[in-house]
Amino acid sequence: MILKRISRYAALIMAAALAASAFSGCGGSADTSADTEEEEKTAEAQTLTVSDPEYYTKFKDAGISINVYNWGEYISTGAEAGTLDVNSEFTKLTGIKVNYTNYATNEELYAKLKGGGASYDVIIPSDYMISKMIKENMVQPLDFENIPNFKYIMDNFRNMAYDPENSYSVPYTWGTVGIIYDKTMIDLPKDEIDWDLLWNKDYSDQILMFDNPRDAFAIAEIMQGYSINTEDSDELADAARKLTEQKNVVQGYVMDEIFDKMGAGDALIAPYYAGDALTILDENEDLGFVIPKSGTNLFIDAMCIPAGAKQKEAAEMYINFMCEPDVAYANIDYICYSTPHQAAYDMLDEDVKNNPVSYPDQDFISEHTTVFVNLSDKANKQMQDLWTEMKSAQAENENTWLVPIFLILCLGVTIFVLIRRQIKKKKDIF
Amino acid sequence: MKKKILAAPYLVWMAVFIVVPLIMVAYFALTDNAGKFTIKNISDVGQYANIFVRSIWLSVIATAICLVVAYPVSFLLSRMEKHKQGTMLMIVMLPMWMNFLLRTYAWMTLLGNNGIINHLLGLIGLGPYKLINTSGAVVLGMVYNYLPFMILPLYSVMEKIDKSVLEAASDLGCSSMNVLFKVIVPLSLPGITSGITMVFVPAISTFIISRMLGGGSNLLIGDLIEMQFLGNSYNPNLGAAISLVLMVIILMIMTIMNQFSPDDQVLM
Repeated sequence: MILKRISRYAALIMAAALAASAFSGCGGSADTSADTEEEEKTAEAQTLTVSDPEYYTKFKDAGISINVYNWGEYISTGAEAGTLDVNSEFTKLTGIKVNYTNYATNEELYAKLKGGGASYDVIIPSDYMISKMIKENMVQPLDFENIPNFKYIMDNFRNMAYDPENSYSVPYTWGTVGIIYDKTMIDLPKDEIDWDLLWNKDYSDQILMFDNPRDAFAIAEIMQGYSINTEDSDELADAARKLTEQKNVVQGYVMDEIFDKMGAGDALIAPYYAGDALTILDENEDLGFVIPKSGTNLFIDAMCIPAGAKQKEAAEMYINFMCEPDVAYANIDYICYSTPHQAAYDMLDEDVKNNPVSYPDQDFISEHTTVFVNLSDKANKQMQDLWTEMKSAQAENENTWLVPIFLILCLGVTIFVLIRRQIKKKKDIF
Repeated sequence: MKKKILAAPYLVWMAVFIVVPLIMVAYFALTDNAGKFTIKNISDVGQYANIFVRSIWLSVIATAICLVVAYPVSFLLSRMEKHKQGTMLMIVMLPMWMNFLLRTYAWMTLLGNNGIINHLLGLIGLGPYKLINTSGAVVLGMVYNYLPFMILPLYSVMEKIDKSVLEAASDLGCSSMNVLFKVIVPLSLPGITSGITMVFVPAISTFIISRMLGGGSNLLIGDLIEMQFLGNSYNPNLGAAISLVLMVIILMIMTIMNQFSPDDQVLM
């Protein structure tokens, strides 16, 4: 109970911390002329036009509401002047109320749905979680008749490995994983930076690492030349060995704290997701971001409808609305990730379109990136065990005195209690 | 009879939100994911013995530091004039008015490699020291967050120690050391035991402090339980088993603690 509550608070705080940073928008190469351009664009976006207004009137007076469960800071909220408040626009257009809540990790989403007791109509999990949910019948097939705007989704983001027939999901955003580093302290040309920088002893104690096994293992697996979707137990063990080796130089295992730590200069190197990296880079010009040439993970977050959804058609309407060019543009402009939506992509500024961080060239994507798919339960379990083992392993000098002293302490306390009782008993007799 | 009715709201609350969840924890701990009885979860907990030892060890240290720091403070507090006591108590409670997570978050910035503390040390030519992401930082976080829970019970017990009792002891030739150990400590024992319980129990089960200040590499039991639910492999059964073992350990420690209390003031 407490655990859940606290993690929700944590998410809230993170969200608050991010909110402050997200206002500055993405871009990376923000020259002054771009600002005015952007203003014009967003002013355009504010007068929302939808492709088929008739379609959205279906539930106008039905007074229904849908529960949308999304990542934190993952939708345009209209907080910045001139941007679109997507959820309230949807309500205005369709009369459907949106209950919007956040989660911080795919696993949190999974645990929430698996535990039952919560009913959602639209969720936005990532690739591997989608395939896991399809396998466990936790999401239901979509009726694409109700989602005509699916036509905007680029061909190379359809029928992905996690949903081969593309019947369960509509891609929302995508991105890659790369390395954020402090350009002033790490004097390397961009194309020489690769994952082994995260193992570099010269920067001992200045390196941050993912605090989630799937992303951390992926990096080690790429370095060892394995597939990031490997289920081979020897390969997993070898990746874990590689991560254990890294532990000596790692300052901490973190997720969203990267924003703070990299921003404040507490660490020099950290792996992170490209979209968030742009947000961090925007605030601190000493930082650089590189997508390692030896390959990386390409992640896709896609909209799905859970099996128990109460308002399936309204949920499909919401998904369709999210794929309206204006809405998709407003969202992508706000969250800084990359879009699989052709029309929204066309609306982006040239310098964003040409930014190799957000939109690496197609050859690189097809040759050097891999999308996660779900691992078998056995492989997941092994990965989790290896991860726990790696993280709980201690420096040896600490371990040698810890247990003995603790045991002596326990013994001492017990003996003291016993003696004290004896004395008390004797006293009572007299 | 009337008294029972008055207690009904809490009894209902307790049944629904304490007893039922406890039964569910025990149920999950003793079944596998198909719902069949098994003790495998419990025996699997054994492989995390080092995490248990570290958790207990760190919370014992934190509790001891809290006791050492809080004891003189509480005594001074209880000997102050009444109107000053109110103000001082408020100052003790003041940090608790702010959310626990925000306070811990603040320590992250204070202790960072380029944080305020290292920055100040740098001004006088010291450091930088590695402060954050160490087990010391975790203990500091525990002490900082749970210190009021030690001060308050100690204070409320010591406040009741009559000044004349101390005077009588000195009058009869007790040295000040003897007054402390023969009079004050025995009289404040109930406060000490409940203070220890109130610090030790949340400290041993915390997970966010070790996550934020321990850099994710100082795993505690709380982190371990969280990982079973929100980690790579969703395993509520093992999570429940770890919780159950943790509860048994706490139960044992509290039983030991209660041996020190006078019999009429036993907590459990």
